[in-house]
Amino acid sequence: MMRTDTPAPAGAEGERAVESPHRPAPSAPAPRPASTARRRARRETLAGYLFLSPWCVGILLLTLGPMLVSLYLAFTDYNLFDSPRWVGLANFSEMFSDDRWWKSVRVTAVFVLIATPLKLAVALGVAMLLVRPRKGQGFYRSAFYAPSLIGASVSIGIVWRALFQDDAVVDRSLSLFGWDGGGWVGDPDWSMPTLIALSAWQFGAPMVIFLAGLKQVPRELYEAAEVDGAGAWRRFRSITLPMISPVLFFNLLLEIIHSFQIFTSALVIAGPGGGRAGGPGDSLLVYTWYLYEQGFSNLRMGYASAMAWMLLAGIAVVTAVLFWSQRRWVHYEEGGR
Amino acid sequence: MSAPTGTVRTARPVRPPRGGAGAPARRGARSVLWHLGALALLAVVLYPVVWVLGGSLKPGNEIVGSLELLPTDPITDNYERLADGIAGIGIETFFLNSLLVALGSVAGVLFSCSLAAYAFARIRFAGRNVLFTLMIGTLLLPVHVLLVPQYVLFQKMELINTYVPLLLGKFLAVDAFFVFLMVQFMRNLPRELDEAARIDGCGHWRIYWTIVLPLCRPALITSAIFSFIWAWNDFLGPLIYLNEPDKYTVSLGLKMFMDQDSLADYGGMIAMSVAALLPVLLFFLTFQRYLVEGAATSGLKG
Repeated sequence: MMRTDTPAPAGAEGERAVESPHRPAPSAPAPRPASTARRRARRETLAGYLFLSPWCVGILLLTLGPMLVSLYLAFTDYNLFDSPRWVGLANFSEMFSDDRWWKSVRVTAVFVLIATPLKLAVALGVAMLLVRPRKGQGFYRSAFYAPSLIGASVSIGIVWRALFQDDAVVDRSLSLFGWDGGGWVGDPDWSMPTLIALSAWQFGAPMVIFLAGLKQVPRELYEAAEVDGAGAWRRFRSITLPMISPVLFFNLLLEIIHSFQIFTSALVIAGPGGGRAGGPGDSLLVYTWYLYEQGFSNLRMGYASAMAWMLLAGIAVVTAVLFWSQRRWVHYEEGGR
Repeated sequence: MSAPTGTVRTARPVRPPRGGAGAPARRGARSVLWHLGALALLAVVLYPVVWVLGGSLKPGNEIVGSLELLPTDPITDNYERLADGIAGIGIETFFLNSLLVALGSVAGVLFSCSLAAYAFARIRFAGRNVLFTLMIGTLLLPVHVLLVPQYVLFQKMELINTYVPLLLGKFLAVDAFFVFLMVQFMRNLPRELDEAARIDGCGHWRIYWTIVLPLCRPALITSAIFSFIWAWNDFLGPLIYLNEPDKYTVSLGLKMFMDQDSLADYGGMIAMSVAALLPVLLFFLTFQRYLVEGAATSGLKG
């Protein structure tokens, strides 16, 4: 092994030399550690970027580069074969007078606003049911998680469509209670509730996260509150919610972003038809589907890019509001409340 | 918080002891209630899955209308008809294509995401914090912003109707979720291990390969299973990039089934849905611990 009392040459040999414990420490004056430290820092940086190189290529080639291209295309008319033609803000102004675009915005907004809170409420409720250690707890936790793994697949979409058809399982079960709703999937007013039900069915993923958060809440807090005569609702409001608010924030953020991007389930539940079909009365024409239709069925890639940036803007606004609001309702541990 | 702690302390001894008269009975009743509630919920959650398993063994015209979970007279016709294929393409083609894409994804994710995670978790380099923030940012970026430009890119490279567009991103650590999951895991490994190895003269590559990777097994297994299942279920990617039926994955095959002969062969479609779900369900039953733990921990430390 080489010694380090002379400035070691760069390269692989040098690397070992500097790390070597046999460095003659007593004879080393002040300047040398500084220069070795700098050299070491440079090598660390080189190593870091070597390890990171696939990721760097990926983010440039498949994320940042495409984002720039997309931003440019948003201001053009582009059909993939002729070269893009600059049209300024025409795509955006067309959007605002496009009835189907507005429809897709409304459909997606309704889905995000109803499906997300519903799913999280179910997830939190079930997590609170499961948090006390009892026999079978692990089993239930796993079983309830399963739908999150398969829920977004085409298969489950087909199953859902079958369950909610006219004279199918849901319709006939409800008829037993004297409510003949007909087929949910064929009815413009009821196809969205069908999709929301599918989303709520996948409560397992946020539930697992809630459970982990609930387990961190010290039991003494509840015992103390109980002694003070706080009822169940009061304990939930004053202890559970503040204590798990970081987890709630995280779940809310993830699920909202997720809901904005709903695609496969809506497409399958809307049923056969492919191409231009947004379900009964376009009631399931979610935003991403309309984007797909414009970009890939109609080959209006400029318009689709503009739509994509509007989606990104929408998600960014919601995310920003969420982050801004967290000061008011999210309590973090540090800082001693 | 409202409860003054002083009162709590003085109140505690006054409180009736837990094992007082009537308490065990009440606790027993509560336990029964708990189990009833959990079982009822379990029934709702599992109903669709059991229903489709049973339905695939019923005659096609009875599937939708019947409330019974299991067929009185199970038949395997639906599966037998599947063997003839859809639209002239053998059913096994779709499954092999899906398997190829899913296994390719697993390989890509394990390779590229663990490298990136090691850099973020274990190497101090200039610009690390900026890049880490960028990586977290991509976690929140909707894929739809990239659909059109990526398609244009792959179209210019004449890679449409190949699996490259579906797999390239996996080998370039585009799935930030897995990078994040592995970073969280690697950060919790004791630092002394690599410091000792460095003193012994190990470079980063050897530390990564011989120390960190073996210790990361749980995170690697979790990532492998998730990436397999997600690739298997993926619909949007194949829908955009694959346009010849013999390249189709199972998701696309199912959609084709749905568009072409949903009325003609309902039973076959349900049977294929079950066949598409089975690998995922088997994975789940085998590895449920890793999956549930992975889902829990990756979320918590955000």
